[in-house]
Amino acid sequence: MTTTARVPAIEGWFTLDDAAPRLLGLKCGECGTVVFPPRALACPNPACPATDLASVELSRTGTVWSYTVNHYAPPEPYMSPDPFVPYAVAAVELADEQIVVLGQVAGDPSTLAVGAPVEVVLDTLFEDGEGEHVVWKWKVVAGEAGA
Amino acid sequence: MSVDQVVVLGVGMHPWGKWGANFAEYGVVAARAALEDAGVSWPEIEFVAGAETVRNGYPGYVAGSTIAQALGWNGAQVSTSYGACASGSMALDAARSRILAGVCEVALVVGADTTPKGFLAPNKGERGDDPDWLRFRLLGATNPTYFGLYARRRMELFGATVEDFAQVKVKNARHGLANPNARYRKEVSVDEVRESPVVSDPLRLLDICATSDGAAALVVCSTEFAQRRGVADPVRVAAVSTVTPKFPNAVIEMPNFATDSAVAVPPAPVSFRDSIARTAYEQAGIGPEDVDVAEVYDLSTALELDWYENLDLCAQGDAERLLRDGTTTLGGRVPVNPSGGLACFGEAVPAQAIAQVCELTWQLRGQAEGRQVEGARVGVTANQGLFGHGSSVVLVR
Repeated sequence: MTTTARVPAIEGWFTLDDAAPRLLGLKCGECGTVVFPPRALACPNPACPATDLASVELSRTGTVWSYTVNHYAPPEPYMSPDPFVPYAVAAVELADEQIVVLGQVAGDPSTLAVGAPVEVVLDTLFEDGEGEHVVWKWKVVAGEAGA
Repeated sequence: MSVDQVVVLGVGMHPWGKWGANFAEYGVVAARAALEDAGVSWPEIEFVAGAETVRNGYPGYVAGSTIAQALGWNGAQVSTSYGACASGSMALDAARSRILAGVCEVALVVGADTTPKGFLAPNKGERGDDPDWLRFRLLGATNPTYFGLYARRRMELFGATVEDFAQVKVKNARHGLANPNARYRKEVSVDEVRESPVVSDPLRLLDICATSDGAAALVVCSTEFAQRRGVADPVRVAAVSTVTPKFPNAVIEMPNFATDSAVAVPPAPVSFRDSIARTAYEQAGIGPEDVDVAEVYDLSTALELDWYENLDLCAQGDAERLLRDGTTTLGGRVPVNPSGGLACFGEAVPAQAIAQVCELTWQLRGQAEGRQVEGARVGVTANQGLFGHGSSVVLVR
């Protein structure tokens, strides 16, 4: 097997640090509001006039707000494996940022539960001629899964 | 107050289904039905407010003029509105505002759609700047993905069960049995819902609304215009709410990847979905206790339960009780979705908010044959479009 290149499925939304990847957001220097994804044109707080937001790494861990397991292949532009494999999507609360961030779930979805602690990992989204496209996913922290 | 009011003079629909025809054909059928119901001829219409469809090419983007041309150019002024599922309310709001401003007396509001089979998908092409495209690409986050997240949250917070969700379908399927415009007119059992394939766990196929073709139209006018036509006691539009969220919106919404961060500003005490109907109630000068009938956006069975609370029909966490004790069933204190709702119609995006107004108009006139809410005088609609579009209309008679 030849070595496939690993490329981020989207540029600038997460670090490519395999051991401890982080989601990348923006932070307002004036009011402290955090934004994900890092695409805000200005501080989204309507009471804050700041337009200059700085890049910030979001917390690596959070707790599951809710989750679902999808059993039907989504339409394009989702790059579905053939045959289709069901996958879970979790909405995860980050306490420090007071934000809920979506992500697919890496690993066994049967250990998911609302309130379960999860961490950010990098995982394959799809592979093509360009290489392995990686994306952030949430993974239940081993040994601490909720009931 | 009576002088400054807008009334619904006529309503009409093209039945919902999967017909595969051009959306404008449905729009014309619905418009003609509304005109006939109003006793207004097409050349009399001074303003056409179209609700846009994004799935039918350029003619869909200019739906107001597409349907106006199909009816035969009459020189009316025109607008086309887009607010996803809330488009119909935006179009009604445009017409209502012009009538209230005194620059027009009678207007046609119309929305029509032809939908492809399966999941609603983003438009084609590589569009990395479009969050609606990116959520499919990076997450596989279909619309039912979000519905599944809300449903599980409801189970976790309030003890809702999958049987409760199925009972919403059972209720709405029964409500829609006699509705000639409904696509699905068949009783559904709890077992059938529970045995249908899982789509986005905990939701199954029969918990989630289909996508449909269909069209709905209204003729709206000033009170004086209605009086001149001899309509003494018309259905009045008491409120149209098209609110957006207030920062920070702490609920994950389509097509977003994340909520707003509440680190600098605490979440508003009234959530976005709560604010949609609350704004309409305030405009109309009524409260939830005045509501006789509601049409809400049951994209999923579980979402209908959320709406009971967002409409203040009950306290948070009480929706399952309302469902179980029959309050929201025909014959109950405040029937919800007597039309059969999206469960019986499936979603025809730009027509849907207008269809809700059609149903309430029939209800308030006492013309909802086979599904009539006895003595209904006040009705409210609720719906929400992705990208932050609220939609609620209050009708009174």
